[in-house]
Amino acid sequence: MLGLEKKDTSLLIIVAILTMCAPFILNPFPADSAMAQFNAGYPDLMQRFVIFGIFAIGFNILFGLTGYLSFGHAAFLGIGSYSAVWMFKLLGYNILPGIFLSVITSGLFALLIGYISLRRSGIYFSILTLAFAQMSFALAYSVLTPLTNGETGLQVYNSDPQYFHSDAMPNIPHLFGQEMQSTYTLDAGAWSFDFNTGYYLCALIMLGMFYLAIRIFRSPFGLMLKAIKTNQTRLNYTGLNPRPYTLAAFVISGMYAGLAGGLMASMDPLAGAERMQWTASGEVVLMTILGGAGTLIGPVLGAGFIKYFENIFSKINDTVLHQWFAFLPDGIEDFLIAIVHPFVGKGWHLTLGLMFMAIVIFLPGGLVEGGQKIARKIRGKKAEDDAPAASDTTPAE
Amino acid sequence: MDVIILQLLNGLDKGSAYALIALGLTLIFGTLGVVNFAHGALFMLGAFCAVTLQKILSLSFETIDPTKTDFLGNPAKIKTPYIESWFGPELGSSIIDWSVPLAILFAIPIMIGVGYIMERGLIKHFYKRPHADQILVTFGLAIVIQEVIKQFYGANPIPTPAPDAFRGSFDFGTLLGFDPNVVIYPYWRLVYFFFAALIIAAVFGFLQFTTFGMVVRAGMADRETVGLLGINIDRRFTIMFGIAAAVAGLAGVMYAPINSPNYHMGMDFLVLSFVVVVVGGMGSLPGAVLAGFLLGILESFSSMNEIKQILPGIDQIIIYLVAIIILLVRPRGLMGRKGVMED
Repeated sequence: MLGLEKKDTSLLIIVAILTMCAPFILNPFPADSAMAQFNAGYPDLMQRFVIFGIFAIGFNILFGLTGYLSFGHAAFLGIGSYSAVWMFKLLGYNILPGIFLSVITSGLFALLIGYISLRRSGIYFSILTLAFAQMSFALAYSVLTPLTNGETGLQVYNSDPQYFHSDAMPNIPHLFGQEMQSTYTLDAGAWSFDFNTGYYLCALIMLGMFYLAIRIFRSPFGLMLKAIKTNQTRLNYTGLNPRPYTLAAFVISGMYAGLAGGLMASMDPLAGAERMQWTASGEVVLMTILGGAGTLIGPVLGAGFIKYFENIFSKINDTVLHQWFAFLPDGIEDFLIAIVHPFVGKGWHLTLGLMFMAIVIFLPGGLVEGGQKIARKIRGKKAEDDAPAASDTTPAE
Repeated sequence: MDVIILQLLNGLDKGSAYALIALGLTLIFGTLGVVNFAHGALFMLGAFCAVTLQKILSLSFETIDPTKTDFLGNPAKIKTPYIESWFGPELGSSIIDWSVPLAILFAIPIMIGVGYIMERGLIKHFYKRPHADQILVTFGLAIVIQEVIKQFYGANPIPTPAPDAFRGSFDFGTLLGFDPNVVIYPYWRLVYFFFAALIIAAVFGFLQFTTFGMVVRAGMADRETVGLLGINIDRRFTIMFGIAAAVAGLAGVMYAPINSPNYHMGMDFLVLSFVVVVVGGMGSLPGAVLAGFLLGILESFSSMNEIKQILPGIDQIIIYLVAIIILLVRPRGLMGRKGVMED
């Protein structure tokens, strides 16, 4: 179907079902039960799942396929956001021009930065991309203030022209009148499920991008990129110049990042320079590695995983902990809370750092590899023989 | 002329910090071939050694002074540090005053220990793995160290003053025949520069003139052959990792009075130090030092008002700009050797 192999088709269908049913899947607990804090089915968070999913899929096309580790990808995210907000300011709140422009500008920037950075490889490439991203960040904060509004962040004001804005249209980001923020809440007994327009738009775009990524992975072009990762010297000796291929991969992944940035601005019409800081670039690296670099589903899993735990863990405070351990004797309760306390709430980054180290040390293939190992154990020895043939793109489900 | 000298001096202290961190990074890279993203965290740990020592020394007990009352009418409580009650008020308070220099003694064993544990416990397992994995695992470690420090010391910067004797500024201009108060320079920054120069000289001397250093240099050139000669090179490299950690730590200890330590200062310096290492040439120790001072001075020159008027914002990006140009024009950096990290 759609020019895909059978396995890829089923992967795409599984992802499609998961994203479309996400409001149900992420809200498994009744709204006012004690477990409700593990629900992740609220619009804002779901939007972030798919947007960062797009970002990570794009990053994976560069890092997973060619092995070039960029430490400055957040710059494209920021550029995308700024361009989208500028379109809102100039043309009005319809998100289509904003998203188009964000993809185009980030693609142009990626072409420029990639053309220069890709002259070097290895750690030098990482440092060059990092330098460019930090430069954009510093410029957005200082000199480019007329364009980026500096520390305040770029936002839409009433005095902005918005040439195509008509009074019939809503005064928040919309797609031909469909407001991004509108949410339909379905109450089913004790459960309540939110269906958000913005989420579904982002999810559809992510599915499209995921499909595109599968096609890239399976195309001769993707094969070429894998060859670059495996042995660039040999490629040179066969008389092929790898640079156009890596540059194309860099630009594609930059455009993915720009798209993610544009969508982010469409959900919440704000753009700030901190989106371009190198910690933000580090985050997408974490997501891709955590999920499994070089696999199809890995980056999406990693993005969902990090964003989910970021939200859930940082919400757990001492009061919640006291509720959980209330059944224990006082001394043990306090002791347990004292142990758990540094890892939750504000200490979430500590958990993330430890988790990330554990993944890099023990599971270099990320969650996908972990899933494969478990699946192989369950299926037993017979499946082990054909497991190597099943390439590393098998989904973890 | 006076302005130029002033900027030159201003660049020196930042340049010294860059040079020290870059030196440690290069030592680790040259010996073990590991790209250590946690090096900034080691710098930060050093600064927090100074903070900790200052806190320990000023631990105090309260006594009630019945003759005085506070503004609520209660008897006033007077805090006396234990040190003062043990050594007498004068010696005690001067010990507290000198806590930052004292922290050097305190930090050396701690940092060597931290470096040793890091190498044996974690980095050792990553020699055979690709550079990307090394970057990632040390990046994770840096996050962990940073968050642990945040748990203990909070997110706010902690002021750590230098000893009173160094608190003023040095009127450098009068020495050179300028008017007074034109070229003034804080004493502590001068101390920092000389301290950094001392450490750099010590590291180079150690590598150049001791047997241990000779073996390490031989190992850097050809690890396998040194191993075949029956020398346990891994053990020496581990010690070098400890020394590199100590260099970063000492840079942090002495930097504490210049910039109040906070938990993310390491990350801020790390990015710049990597740029410094790459500009200097991966694996070249003199290159790292040279590039450190060079970039520090360039940064301070570009923050001059005269230059900012022509090129606004240049002070923010000058380092990255120089790095990009150098990498494109001289791909191996200023003093890089052939064959380092070129696969």
